[in-house]
Amino acid sequence: MGFFESWGHFFDRIGLIRIGSTYAADIDFLIFLVLVVVGVWFLAAELIFVYFIMKFREKGDGRRADYIDGKNKRHKRWITYPHLAVLVFDVLIIVVSFNVWHRVKMDLPENPDCVIRVTGQQWAWIIQHCGADGELDTADDIYTVDELHVENEKLYHFRLEATDVLHSFSVPVWRIKQDAIPGRSITGWFQPTVTGQFDLQCAEICGFGHTVMQGQVFVESAEEHAAWVEANTPVEAPAPATDNTPSSG
Amino acid sequence: MVEPAVDLTHGHPHDDHAHHGPEGWKKYLWSTDHKVIAMQYMFTGMFMALVGGFMAYVFRMQLAFPGINVPGFGMVSMGEYNALVTNHGTIMIFWVAMPVLLAAFGNFLIPLMVGADDMVFPKINRLSFQVFFVSTIVILASLVVEGGGFAGAWTAYPPLSANETYNLTPLGSTLWVIGVGLEFVAFLLGGINFITTLMNSRAPGMRAFDVPLVVWMIVVASILFMLSVGPLLAGAIMLIFDQTLGTGFFNPATGGDPILWQHLFWFFGHPEVYVVLLPAMGVVIEIIATFSRKKVFGYRIVIFTVVATGVLSFFVWAHHQFIAGIDPRMANIFTITTLLISVPIAELCFVYIATLYGGSIRLTTPMLWALAFVAEFLIGGVTGIFLGAAGADIYFHDTYFVLAHFHYTFFPIAIIGTYAAFTYWFPKMFGKMMDERLGKWHFWLTIIPFNMIFIPLFVLGMGGQHRRISNYSGFSELARDGFQDIRVFATISLLIMLAAQFIFFYNCYKTWRSGPKAPRNPWKANSLEWTTESPPPHGNWHPDEMPVVYRGPYEFSVPDRIDDYWPQNEPPQRDS
Repeated sequence: MGFFESWGHFFDRIGLIRIGSTYAADIDFLIFLVLVVVGVWFLAAELIFVYFIMKFREKGDGRRADYIDGKNKRHKRWITYPHLAVLVFDVLIIVVSFNVWHRVKMDLPENPDCVIRVTGQQWAWIIQHCGADGELDTADDIYTVDELHVENEKLYHFRLEATDVLHSFSVPVWRIKQDAIPGRSITGWFQPTVTGQFDLQCAEICGFGHTVMQGQVFVESAEEHAAWVEANTPVEAPAPATDNTPSSG
Repeated sequence: MVEPAVDLTHGHPHDDHAHHGPEGWKKYLWSTDHKVIAMQYMFTGMFMALVGGFMAYVFRMQLAFPGINVPGFGMVSMGEYNALVTNHGTIMIFWVAMPVLLAAFGNFLIPLMVGADDMVFPKINRLSFQVFFVSTIVILASLVVEGGGFAGAWTAYPPLSANETYNLTPLGSTLWVIGVGLEFVAFLLGGINFITTLMNSRAPGMRAFDVPLVVWMIVVASILFMLSVGPLLAGAIMLIFDQTLGTGFFNPATGGDPILWQHLFWFFGHPEVYVVLLPAMGVVIEIIATFSRKKVFGYRIVIFTVVATGVLSFFVWAHHQFIAGIDPRMANIFTITTLLISVPIAELCFVYIATLYGGSIRLTTPMLWALAFVAEFLIGGVTGIFLGAAGADIYFHDTYFVLAHFHYTFFPIAIIGTYAAFTYWFPKMFGKMMDERLGKWHFWLTIIPFNMIFIPLFVLGMGGQHRRISNYSGFSELARDGFQDIRVFATISLLIMLAAQFIFFYNCYKTWRSGPKAPRNPWKANSLEWTTESPPPHGNWHPDEMPVVYRGPYEFSVPDRIDDYWPQNEPPQRDS
């Protein structure tokens, strides 16, 4: 795994985008793998292409073009073999992609430390944090707008909802993205690995204010997060949010 | 070998409506001549390309210099920005790529290349353009009505597109759907003609495998369009009902489902990529064969591959929806089908490269465009693999990586392919030879800035920049200085590229004024359109000159012949 881990950090290392969650390096490894595989094909194809143009350019020496119709087996294999090779590399990419997809989107790790509810609306993210007890829909839940506070290294489940139009919950450093759909609650997970303050985007156009639907995630150490929870836990328990049916339009 | 019967009455003489038809401007308005209709489609499409290009100029200026007073437009509000990107996409695909590549060149080339005097249903053909023209007026009107143009992205996902309280453009969004719907009707009418004309109006002696590949590809594209557009038309009507009658097809609160639209849209939308790709690929292979003086490598392989691509293209649509809330197991299936489609497309690219092998290549302006198509489309193709792999799409979905990827497919198709076709058939269409030197300046000043626009956008996409945002200054990771520099660089490249298009217009003007007259067959090509006058008369050939076909269209450099080309209609030498 060390080998894969190291290449999975390629884009982080060149300063393009940080690795901030447990599965971010898996996704980056897949991207890097595809980059190498298709990069080799691409370069080979372009080089041969340019070489042919140079070599077979009409030079005024009266040489005529060859008459090749491509029906001959000996000629045809120049197409057949590369095309089988494309298939083999496709299979390689498919296998790795399956692994990543299953890890991120299908295999939900059990026993989360905290469950949060993220609700997209025009044009803000409403976050319902689990509070001190780690449970959702209890009296100590903390509600914020456009601010997601999480504790580093903890396993989070989220329930993603929307009240009006489609939104898409996206935190680039975690490599997470999931559309929020009115009328549904979609469950997913993440586990941050780096403390700091990062962008929380809405990646699906949601109307006039799509540009200003800007959130932040705050990944905090255990002490910082405990302090934040303590400072923000409601004194009087608010009425639990039970009505999550979307408003009809 | 069976000698084809020579039938001189093939194709009715056109004397009757040539002499008694409408005169003057009415001749152009009511003409049923496929060449006139082709020009009408082409000039409407090119006008819309200017509209779409202007939109790109405005929103790229806003991205590079947020808040700037864009010359010729003014300040760009968030709502206007959304409307601009929405209609840029809509216009460039439905009002530029489709009418120019499919309708204009399909109309111009199919009867000429199969040796027919016109389309099978000339009046349906005229109706097709008239409906298209109305749709053009509707989409342009949607931009200026109260509330502004539709601003919910060209994919028009509900509930945003379905409800005016969400999109704030009550008239614009309804006119948008009506315009797109009318446009589909127009191309359905056109597609009927393309398919029937190929099947029924071929010149005597022309067998299925003597038909030029571009005709095959346009017809396969028409079939794909006709098979895929039904679900989307149904969806469009549901969307209009949701917008205007308050039904709830896409409203979860009344039992509807917003995801349903996405399936209907992309079930059409992905084959649509191939609908515009195939005509461009056909144009390119014609040009490559002519200017490398080579037979196409594996003519039948190309046809079977194109048909396979077409079939497969109906099973990849959900790769647009990996993270849209579909059943995650579906992503596995659509990852497989999506990556499999790389096999036939790669095969086509190999065939194109193999056709160059052993050729005698002449780098004329149309050839440069055709070769650039292959080189640039490869980038579009390989970057698609990143997005087709569901695991990587989690990160790339709705970022500038996607945007750069599909511009590397659509720009080669709609712009490079069109310029290739336009410069290649210009002598036939207008009877004059274009200026090669200006043509090459135009080529290089389009291709180089094009790459300088979109390669940087791949980097922004990998950096996490999401789409359809008018100003990134509020996102700490995207507001970095380096990223803003990239945006400015891309915008300046766009300005250079747009400015270079004036070279093209000047070249057209100059050629029209004083270009040398084109002979019948300036490129020494084989297919039938080169056997008639430039431009062809009404009815395409004089009645006693209707062509008869003896061989396929790619018999270049045949050994033991003096000429390195062998027109399809040249009778075989009996005595040799």
